Amino acid sequence: MIGRILGAGLFALTRFLVGGHARWQGSAPDPSQRLYFANHASHLDTIILMACLPVSLRATTHPVAAADYWGTSALKRFIALKVLNAVLIERSGGPDPLAPLRDVLSRGHSLILFPEGTRRAEALPGPFKSGIYRLAKDFPEVELVPVYLSNLARAYPKGAILPAPISCSARFGAPIALLPEEERDAFLARAQAAVTGLAERSPA
Amino acid sequence: MNQTMVILIGGVLALLVLASGVGFVLSRRVDSEAGRATVENLNQRIKAWWVMIAVFAVAFLVGKTVTIVLFALTSFYSLREFLSLSPTRPEDHTSVVAAFYLFLPLQYWLIADEWQGLFAILIPVWAFLLLPLLAVLKGETEDFLHRTARIQWALMLTVYCISHAPALLILEIPGYSQNFFLLFFLIAVVQLSDVLQYVFGKLFGRHKVAPRVSPSKTVEGLVGGGFSAALVGTGLWWITPFSPWQAALMALAVVAAGFVGGLVLSAVKRSLGAKDWGTMIEGHGGALDRMDSVSFAAPVLYHLTNFYFGA
Repeated sequence: MIGRILGAGLFALTRFLVGGHARWQGSAPDPSQRLYFANHASHLDTIILMACLPVSLRATTHPVAAADYWGTSALKRFIALKVLNAVLIERSGGPDPLAPLRDVLSRGHSLILFPEGTRRAEALPGPFKSGIYRLAKDFPEVELVPVYLSNLARAYPKGAILPAPISCSARFGAPIALLPEEERDAFLARAQAAVTGLAERSPA
Repeated sequence: MNQTMVILIGGVLALLVLASGVGFVLSRRVDSEAGRATVENLNQRIKAWWVMIAVFAVAFLVGKTVTIVLFALTSFYSLREFLSLSPTRPEDHTSVVAAFYLFLPLQYWLIADEWQGLFAILIPVWAFLLLPLLAVLKGETEDFLHRTARIQWALMLTVYCISHAPALLILEIPGYSQNFFLLFFLIAVVQLSDVLQYVFGKLFGRHKVAPRVSPSKTVEGLVGGGFSAALVGTGLWWITPFSPWQAALMALAVVAAGFVGGLVLSAVKRSLGAKDWGTMIEGHGGALDRMDSVSFAAPVLYHLTNFYFGA
């Protein structure tokens, strides 16, 4: 309950400060099972992506967050799990760091993933880690939707305390799929290019 | 006071109804493809006018504080649009944050507090000096002057200049206390000038004033629209502290300043590689597309009135 009220407040405040409205350019906000993957520049990214989804889809969509950051204090944990509906993973490895994500997908729920693995200061995404490839291989029925988040590195750069009100947007592209014989690196490069391609289409 | 209010609101409503009527008739009679796009944009603009005027009317009726807050929000959205189009770097973050969270609220608080001395120098002096200090502490020298100047420009234009409109409310004018009507005079003349320049330009426009800076501005639009707006301003003399001929000169000054503001901001916008400042107001573009003329006209009216009529 408190989580939902806090969530509504957080979404409203983010909207007021940076906008972050959705531009559905290649896909529509459907209830089909999805893995949204986006470039990662700030802590607002998850909030903006969740706020872009219709309320009915938020309960079954889980952003992936790093346990070594979001699990470190009671408050961060509360925001991640109760407000943003996140699933935490260990970035440092372990036997199968993707296990919690497989659980979510097996339940038929959707994921929001930042395949770069960390926040970057640049406008364009860096190389993707291989997790998205393995998930795409194990769950071929899940739609892979690229998302480009514009301007967030400027609105809330790494290390900043307060976000600056600079207009941001989330552009949702057409789904991509893993091809039958496709190599890991080729797929990762193609997924990265799908996000970069959305960046070039139009300014914020 | 109340009767004046009724007349003004009635006048604005009549104008809106007339515009909507014309827009409706045009949408029925237009047959070319290009004409359809123009009329559709015209009707979007008229619809947006209904909303904007409703918002301002409510603020005016409720009173000073709400009006100041409304202008503060307008500055906020304009500043956001300006800085979103300006290429800032992570090293500029502290300056940008100071502009939004410190100087913008403070400037409008000073108006609410009627602290005119500090209101006049907060941004040209204190923000001017503090912003480069915040930037220099980051130790990044690349493009330093450009980066600092962009943020200073953004703050001057979208906060300092626009804040002179609600500051008309705290101007002390001996023998005159209906300052809300002075603000109405400013907004009415500036916005009517924009609208009428657009209308005259669409109907009779042949010669472009500044083809590279603002391709839609024409000599015919400027002259026809500018003088018509000044004429309406003159007709509003009875709500201002001015005599009819003084009101005419003031309205002309407001129209001229507004035109220059539109031109200069169009050049700024184009130098940043954009056609509109944003997408907030359908048919118009961003908030700053609507406030560009006000940002130049408000300080001009404020200071001319203060100089010739102030206490």
